[in-house]
Amino acid sequence: MKTQTLTVENAYKKSPKIAWKVFKNQQYLYYMSIPFVLWVFVFQYLPLWGWTMAFQKYRPGVGFFEQKWVGLEHFRALFGDEHFYQVLRNTLAMSLMGMIAGFIVPVVFALLLNEVRVQFMKRFVQTVSYLPHFVSWVVAAGIVTKMLSTDGGIVNDLLMGLHIIEEPIQFMAKGNLFWGIVTSADIWKETGWSAIIYLAAIAGIGPELYEAARVDGASRIQQMWHITLPGIRPTIIVLLIMSIGHLLGTGFEKQFLLGNHLVIDYSEVLDLYALNYGLGMGRYSFGTAINIFNSVISLILLFVANGIFKRFTNESIM
Amino acid sequence: MGLKAKSAQDLLLEVFVYVFMAGVTVLTIYPFLNVLAISFNDSVDTIRGGITIWPREITLRNYELIFTFGGLITGFKISVLRTIIGTIAGLISGSMLAFTLSRSEFKARRYISAFLAITMYVSGGLIPGFILIKDLHLINTFAVYILPGLVSAFNVFVIRSFIDGLPFALQESAKLDGANDFTIYWRVILPLCKPALATVALFLAVGQWNSWFDTYLFNGSNESLTTLQYELMKILQSTTTSATNSQDAANMAQRLSQVSPESVKMAITIIVTVPILVVYPFLQRYFVKGMTLGAVKS
Repeated sequence: MKTQTLTVENAYKKSPKIAWKVFKNQQYLYYMSIPFVLWVFVFQYLPLWGWTMAFQKYRPGVGFFEQKWVGLEHFRALFGDEHFYQVLRNTLAMSLMGMIAGFIVPVVFALLLNEVRVQFMKRFVQTVSYLPHFVSWVVAAGIVTKMLSTDGGIVNDLLMGLHIIEEPIQFMAKGNLFWGIVTSADIWKETGWSAIIYLAAIAGIGPELYEAARVDGASRIQQMWHITLPGIRPTIIVLLIMSIGHLLGTGFEKQFLLGNHLVIDYSEVLDLYALNYGLGMGRYSFGTAINIFNSVISLILLFVANGIFKRFTNESIM
Repeated sequence: MGLKAKSAQDLLLEVFVYVFMAGVTVLTIYPFLNVLAISFNDSVDTIRGGITIWPREITLRNYELIFTFGGLITGFKISVLRTIIGTIAGLISGSMLAFTLSRSEFKARRYISAFLAITMYVSGGLIPGFILIKDLHLINTFAVYILPGLVSAFNVFVIRSFIDGLPFALQESAKLDGANDFTIYWRVILPLCKPALATVALFLAVGQWNSWFDTYLFNGSNESLTTLQYELMKILQSTTTSATNSQDAANMAQRLSQVSPESVKMAITIIVTVPILVVYPFLQRYFVKGMTLGAVKS
């Protein structure tokens, strides 16, 4: 078997005639893939080439070779900017809160939904729980703002009705509440959707395990803890690693749409910083330096997380 | 643990689970019902507050008003157009690429897979992306809604895992009949891929319908290329600042004339949301499968 493949390989390498034949045989596969590969190259890889801007004093409309190179000047300016550390703090805080909540809440939701024995109810709750995932952040932010508003917002009405507070709270104007509001909005929007994968993993656990546990007299909570949870452990780990890789990629839509000038000290994240100080002021090179910082840290985190999990659990995503 | 204690514990869990699920359902649905009720309520009456899930003074006036806003009509047209074109273009490119990657004898497939997978973890970022679009002269064009996101690695992998699950004998028999690879893709694979295509179509359509940032970034100054989400964003953002800045009374009074009433805003929100709400429950069994496939492969 082995010798056979070797001879085929050798023949392939030696004879251009055969190589041409193989190519001709697969020509349609090339026609159908190469255009899209070029496409990906242009729209996904060329921006990486654009990283060179961070080391130039970039001027738009000037050729690559006529740009003035400035080395690490923009990075020095970035790390010397006090504002940068505030933005970094906001990004890390909201990402970390989002990661922890986005990791725990869907697992808990999936575990509990799995305990709903009436199939109709289970399906109904699941269908409802997807709903917010499909609306845009524009709509979701509008809804969150409405629910938290001081005139007629349900949250303030409830808190006042229960006499927990005397005056309505101006949720959207309080900086120290902003991180919590963003995290809660994220939980509201994405929990049901994130739970899909866990529910699929739970469905894959063999029923004989539960039967054996029942024979042994395990309660349902014990079954959840000793069978269901370990059964979805690999899924949880893979998703956790992926979320660590996207730690700094918290996005900026939520912060852009929910934030306002009153809470900007807490709402501005790296991407918004790049948007406001890079694009807004035409400082393209400085903005690119911010983007590079973001991407590089994300990649490092992904590799570190993957390495740690590989060592402890022998499971890896790469 | 005694049998009695165990069953009591199980009962407690049962009760807790149902109460919890009821809570989740209310928490998810209530905001939408509230928005719906306000959108059908008289806009002056709405200011009094206290509308929950049923309008107090029912009217269709808010919806009538919406259709007098020119920007919204254009936005609706562009949003529908980009959703249709973007979905079809994305489906064709995604399925074609996925088909080639599913063929084990295809020499380039490992390299192309890796080339695609990298884009899921590394991206150039906002500013280099913007400069690229600018250099390609795509600013102030409709094409900017379609071209940059045409090939998505995630969608390709979802379709590919589906094709991998199809029996290869089908392709082989077509090949023996003298069909070339493109014909096999078009005649054999595509019709069989409907479940995966439905999933990806939903992802693409929702993504297209919901995006606003590309309009903001690239076409914000071009009224003829505005989208529904962008128009909604502008209208909703005008409240956030005026509502939170309540100390600034003079500013607020001045603003009030420009700001559209609450009920109208909610009516627009409903218009923007309804198309999705009508579609997604029917595609549920597809996307649940698609999500699982994509997660396993990537």
